[in-house]
Amino acid sequence: MKKFGKILRGSYLSLLFLFLYIPIIYLIVYSFNDFTTATGRVVYSNLGRWSGFTLENYSQIFKGDALDSILVTLELAIVSSIVATVIGTAAAIGIQSMKRRSRTAVLNVSQLPMVNPDLVTGITFMMLFAFVNSLLVKMNMERIGDMTRLLIAHISFSIPYVIFSVLPRLKQSSDMLYEAAMDLGCTPLQAMWKAVIPDIFPGITSGFIMAFTMSLDDFVVSYFAGTGEHSTLSVYIYSAATKGSHGVNPALATIIFIPLVALLLAVNLRNIRKERNYEIQNKKVKMKNGGK
Amino acid sequence: MKRKIFAYPYIVWMLLFILAPMLFILYYAFNINGTFTVSGAWAVFSNADTWSGLWDSVVVSLITTALCLLIGYPAAYILSRMKKSVAGLMSVLLVLPMWMNFVLRTYAWQAILRDFVPDVLGLPSIMYTQAAVMLGLVYNFLPFMILPLYTTLSKMDKSYIEAARDLGANGFVTFFRVVLPLSVPGIVSGITMVFIPSITAFTVPAMLGGGMNELYGNMIERAFKMLASEGNYSYGSSLAIVLFVCVIISTVIMNRMDKNQKEGGQLW
Repeated sequence: MKKFGKILRGSYLSLLFLFLYIPIIYLIVYSFNDFTTATGRVVYSNLGRWSGFTLENYSQIFKGDALDSILVTLELAIVSSIVATVIGTAAAIGIQSMKRRSRTAVLNVSQLPMVNPDLVTGITFMMLFAFVNSLLVKMNMERIGDMTRLLIAHISFSIPYVIFSVLPRLKQSSDMLYEAAMDLGCTPLQAMWKAVIPDIFPGITSGFIMAFTMSLDDFVVSYFAGTGEHSTLSVYIYSAATKGSHGVNPALATIIFIPLVALLLAVNLRNIRKERNYEIQNKKVKMKNGGK
Repeated sequence: MKRKIFAYPYIVWMLLFILAPMLFILYYAFNINGTFTVSGAWAVFSNADTWSGLWDSVVVSLITTALCLLIGYPAAYILSRMKKSVAGLMSVLLVLPMWMNFVLRTYAWQAILRDFVPDVLGLPSIMYTQAAVMLGLVYNFLPFMILPLYTTLSKMDKSYIEAARDLGANGFVTFFRVVLPLSVPGIVSGITMVFIPSITAFTVPAMLGGGMNELYGNMIERAFKMLASEGNYSYGSSLAIVLFVCVIISTVIMNRMDKNQKEGGQLW
């Protein structure tokens, strides 16, 4: 009876994981499929017919629109997460020393982008830019470009995540640190740079990683905030899948998934190692206490 | 120099790019070609399509949430009974697929449902049906249900279960009268994390549902992306306001349930 339960549980989990991984495995398998048509063009419209093994799809990634969208996505993720981390960290430091009432007000507004559905966030940016651009046109000035629009949108939705990962760290760190550094002759900026920042660095790192992944993963906000002139990878895939006749190169799945798996595993292994070190230390302490 | 000033760049940014854009929804909802009017908003609120679209979205989201709960609860329960190290690895495996962009994952389902199922397996295709939309939504949101459930279940004090068994309750009674009531906070946050994103979803219905199974989010998408002109901004903004209010109401209801749970203690 017990064994039966174990088999049942095992097969339930296996089925669940199969369900979760089927689409990914499917795309990775078909990324090696030969999609060349009789006319010699490469069309990804039928992902159900196997017509031979090829690596051609992987070289196709680095051409044309697909390459452009990969570069836009990476550039956007890197620049927006760096800017968001700088503004967000400074903001967290400032917010921490605010009076209670203004701190609550700022924090409440900061939660808006996190609570707001992406759809609404995206639309609000679309309308903001439409309004500003109509003003700029009236003044005979150049419109705000696509990349700037995307950058502003990504920075805006990332900053709150940075703030909320730095703040808890700041609460743990001592208020006196900054004053002590100033007493010892630092200028305010030096005090920040040499005393406060190193102390809260883990919070900054996790905020940065969060901002980076949020930007990489975003579709909805980029879709509405951008005009399609420079599309991110997800916007490119969406328009190719809903409107285009070429379809989407399944090799894209592999080159996105593999680096992410590596990154996630690295972070997890680090955590596991940390946990193990902690356990070992605990054991040592216990042994010491036991010895006494 | 006070440390407060470090927050000033952000406060300016916040006013310009977080608060101001929100006001533009209101501005465009009540403004057509530069004049203030409620006609655009009224056209949306009095149109039966708005409410039937919203109703469809709510129904699809409710079914999606229920399916996620039914599929996810046993999984979370099994995970919570495993060894900590194994369960940790399992939960990493659970979130791993979510690291691939959800548009790409949905595209994979499109390929499977459109090409693989009918051509290779020879089965009838469910592509471009409501069932396909729900499959896509359940697939994308299932981990959001399992994780909070797993957290609540694994934090649960095992001695409650042992006490129930010692007092003569069998497995079923223990589950329904001890484990289930104690996991309500996890259920509530799981429901919140599935229901609210699915009510605003437009990508999955557009990619798997075709034109026939559009949800409320697709009406907004169409207003802004396909017919983009100032008049449609007004229409779309009014639609978005309805959606926003709907999301706020669901959030408030969920928070209320969560609070009741914390304050009231037991349900049974």
